Amino acid sequence: MEVKKMICINCPLGCSLEITIDGEEINVSGNKCKRGREYGISEIKDPRRIVTSTVRVLNGDKMLVSVKTSREIPKKLIFDVMKEINGVKLKAPVSIGDIVIKDILGTGVDVVATSNAKKI
Amino acid sequence: MEREIVIIGGGPAGLAAAVEARKNGIEDILILERDKSLGGILQQCIHNGFGLHIFGEQLTGPEYADRFIKEVEKLNIEYKLDTMVLHISSDKTIQAINPEDGIINIKAKAIILAMGCRERTRGALNIPGTRPAGVLTAGAAQRFVNIEGHMVGKKVVILGSGDIGLIMARRMTLEGAKVEMVVELMPYSTGLKRNIVQCLDDFNIPLLFSHTVVRIHGKERLEGVTIAKVGDDRKPIPGTERFVECDTLLLSVGLIPENELSREAGVKINDITSGPVVDESMQTSIDGIFACGNVVHVHDLVDFVTEESRLAGRGAAKYIKKELKKSDERIYAKGNGGVRYVVPCIINSENVDNEVNFFMRVDNVYRNVYLCAKQGDTVITKVKKQMVSPGEMEHLKIKREVLKQIKKGEITFHLEEV
Amino acid sequence: MIDVIVIGAGITGTAIARELSKYQIDVMVVEKSYDIANGATKANSGIVHAGYDAKEGTLKAKLNVMGNEMYEDLCKELDVDFIRNGSLVIAFSDEEMKHVEKLYERGIRNGVKELEIIDGEQLRKIEPNISENAVGALHAKTGGIVSPYELAIALAEIAFQNGVKFQFQTEVRNIKRREDYFIVETSRGNIEAKYVVNAAGLFADEINRMLGGKEFRIIPRKGEYCLLDKTQGKHVKNTIFQVPTSKGKGILVSPTVHGNLLLGPNAVEIYEKDDTSTTFEGLDEVIKGAQRSVRNINLRDVITSFTGVRATPDTGDFIINSPSKGAVNAAGIESPGLTSAPAVALMVLDLLREQGLILNKKENFNPKRVKPRRFIDMNQEEKEQALKENKLYGRVICRCEHITEGDIINAIYRPLGARTVDGVKKRLRAGMGRCQGGFCMPRVVEILARELKVEPEEILKAGEGSKILTGRTK
Repeated sequence: MEVKKMICINCPLGCSLEITIDGEEINVSGNKCKRGREYGISEIKDPRRIVTSTVRVLNGDKMLVSVKTSREIPKKLIFDVMKEINGVKLKAPVSIGDIVIKDILGTGVDVVATSNAKKI
Repeated sequence: MEREIVIIGGGPAGLAAAVEARKNGIEDILILERDKSLGGILQQCIHNGFGLHIFGEQLTGPEYADRFIKEVEKLNIEYKLDTMVLHISSDKTIQAINPEDGIINIKAKAIILAMGCRERTRGALNIPGTRPAGVLTAGAAQRFVNIEGHMVGKKVVILGSGDIGLIMARRMTLEGAKVEMVVELMPYSTGLKRNIVQCLDDFNIPLLFSHTVVRIHGKERLEGVTIAKVGDDRKPIPGTERFVECDTLLLSVGLIPENELSREAGVKINDITSGPVVDESMQTSIDGIFACGNVVHVHDLVDFVTEESRLAGRGAAKYIKKELKKSDERIYAKGNGGVRYVVPCIINSENVDNEVNFFMRVDNVYRNVYLCAKQGDTVITKVKKQMVSPGEMEHLKIKREVLKQIKKGEITFHLEEV
Repeated sequence: MIDVIVIGAGITGTAIARELSKYQIDVMVVEKSYDIANGATKANSGIVHAGYDAKEGTLKAKLNVMGNEMYEDLCKELDVDFIRNGSLVIAFSDEEMKHVEKLYERGIRNGVKELEIIDGEQLRKIEPNISENAVGALHAKTGGIVSPYELAIALAEIAFQNGVKFQFQTEVRNIKRREDYFIVETSRGNIEAKYVVNAAGLFADEINRMLGGKEFRIIPRKGEYCLLDKTQGKHVKNTIFQVPTSKGKGILVSPTVHGNLLLGPNAVEIYEKDDTSTTFEGLDEVIKGAQRSVRNINLRDVITSFTGVRATPDTGDFIINSPSKGAVNAAGIESPGLTSAPAVALMVLDLLREQGLILNKKENFNPKRVKPRRFIDMNQEEKEQALKENKLYGRVICRCEHITEGDIINAIYRPLGARTVDGVKKRLRAGMGRCQGGFCMPRVVEILARELKVEPEEILKAGEGSKILTGRTK
């Protein structure tokens, strides 16, 4: 049995959750609402995050455009995703929503542009 | 040049106000923006979390800005970039400048102030020590990293756990820096819980409450900082000092509304918010000069800026159309007992459409309280709050009918124990 | 082989360089840092003292009064702002009033003009914000204010435009004497010169030793300051001193020539000559000291604090002499060094003559400097003209001080122009406003990099090693 502590992020209350993991069974305590329980379980089973960063643009009116993962990716892949993002160079023009990296690291999630760059 | 509405600032506040004014029938609108693009500070806030209230989805800063920029373009609202307003006078003449037009003099019928805010600096805190490179505000670092693509350091200490500081802790980490710690003077964070978890905990960055930086070391480039624990009086406790090696100190120690132009024009400024005193239509003490967004008071969420700015846009449109009523029967809203300030603080109930959303900040962390609005001893409305904190803006809505009944006098906002 | 090498580009070195540039000789100024006025000149009170402080008969007394009288014409010629705002030494007791009387008498003996003693009522009439506890004051109408680094830059520009060479990042490591010249060994190679002038400020004792002069020591003493926003600049009109103690002139409250309010300095002996750090206790001392003299100082408007280091000699007076044949010291120039600088320069020239330097006037010496007009300081007509010539005057970079891109480019391309962020700041005050460079610093870095044709990563804040950026993200 393993016990983990974390802070629930659903509201300003920030409940201190205590999560006990016993094989397949996960118990959440310290939460004041249902959302706290769901958050605790997902953080144990499959914690995921959106990653946002920037990508270098060539021939653009600016050096960089900002990017994000279109959906959350597994938390443990954050730095691997960053490595991939850092390897990309885009050619202007770039528009919001353009796919920068398709299906990054086989996650089924794309990296998309979140700002525009005009060609100069 | 003569214009109907001139908006100073093309950030989220200015854009929302412009769109709303156009939708309310004003053709002649001009936005003056000092940066190279519209969108203001949102352009460097590349993280997500914007727009949950307004769009029902989580957008990044540039995406949020783009929604409004697209609308401004679609509605053919005129704007000038790279344009700095130098002077505003009480008769609503504006002097601005840019490289293309040179000096521009404008006579406006209405002005909307939407200049935003600036960061508090090391000087304002008077942190002792040397003056090396490597000490900068979190916002300046954010611009370098996210817009220009430069790194500002390798080993970082962040002073202040406001959202910008937390966001930059993660951002610097993702770009390869080691963030040693975030140091917070108060016993609580002024940043969002989500940011503490996802920007610090995710990367095992320690957050030290009731601590501050008491000395800066290094002759040319920062070599380290001395931190110390502070007591209840927020003064450093002797003997608790400790040296932390770092080459970068980012300051995230508060924002100050930028009201030099407002002051010059003679707009009345509230001492607590450092922003203009505004009424239900976001009109300042000068007829026809409106204000919205962080220039009025520092917001925690851009969604509220948008909401407030739409009000200002609508107010300015009504003013132009001479639909804004003026009456001596006014309600004054005030903070009291735990509530530091309330915006807006003057209400002409005649001008209220459906309701007034009063924004406010509390002076400390409280649990299990009622946030209530009172007229004298009579409670007008109240909501139960499990927790309130100075870092998160609170709001309370009061219906038009209720305000009309009150008509004039004072409404006070309190925190009361449950 | 050059004729004269001047070591140090502070206020003393630049004043000497300008004086020397009037004559038909080859002069070079070497400076170990990146810019003019980077030592004691960078951070001091900026006061042009009347001259009642120093003991009669000292060099300080003589050169102070002489220097003070030269300021008007000098600043006019150099197009540098100078205001005779007057000085007040306030007394809080009858005991202190006696000291004020002593200062008055000393001032008279030193030849200070327009001195008067005033009572509490008169004092409050001149300065409504003065402490209620003040009982009277010495009023010296000839006291003034100036920007020390602005003046040093102006002096250097005149020297430069009249042929003096300047070499920065050049630290003197040793000086070897030959028959009738010196070999000055520096971090950038050897320089041969017939005469050496030691204006090395805090390090003048080390240069003196290299020159074989009679031993003296420079004891670094730092002074901490707080600077307040321009909204507070009219809080007092005069420079407000307290009755001096053995440690110095005490903490003053003064408007600056740029319209800010300055508080400070304290006086702390330090061990390292480059210790320009502020301390919690020191700033507290400064604030409390200032509040003792002046009421209602709005501390919310403090925009920065800083430390200056005084080059205090262990002899008690300026050391202006010849340490050995062919060399001249201008050492120990602590307060009233800024005031005395123009007079010190004249004295140094006399000493050089005594050492055999022949000084023949140049016919084409150009004494006039046209100040780099900042866009904000121009009138409407000038502004329109400037915009016609360069539309970058229309791009405001520093929002607080309204400094434009045109101004910054101008400051970079001027003779001895800015090469660092602090260099831009010194010349234009960009980044010196209430946001302290929060908005404009990234833009200034960008402009410096573009104009100097280097990568932004190479741009320095002030000195060697003060890089602002550490690499690219992508």
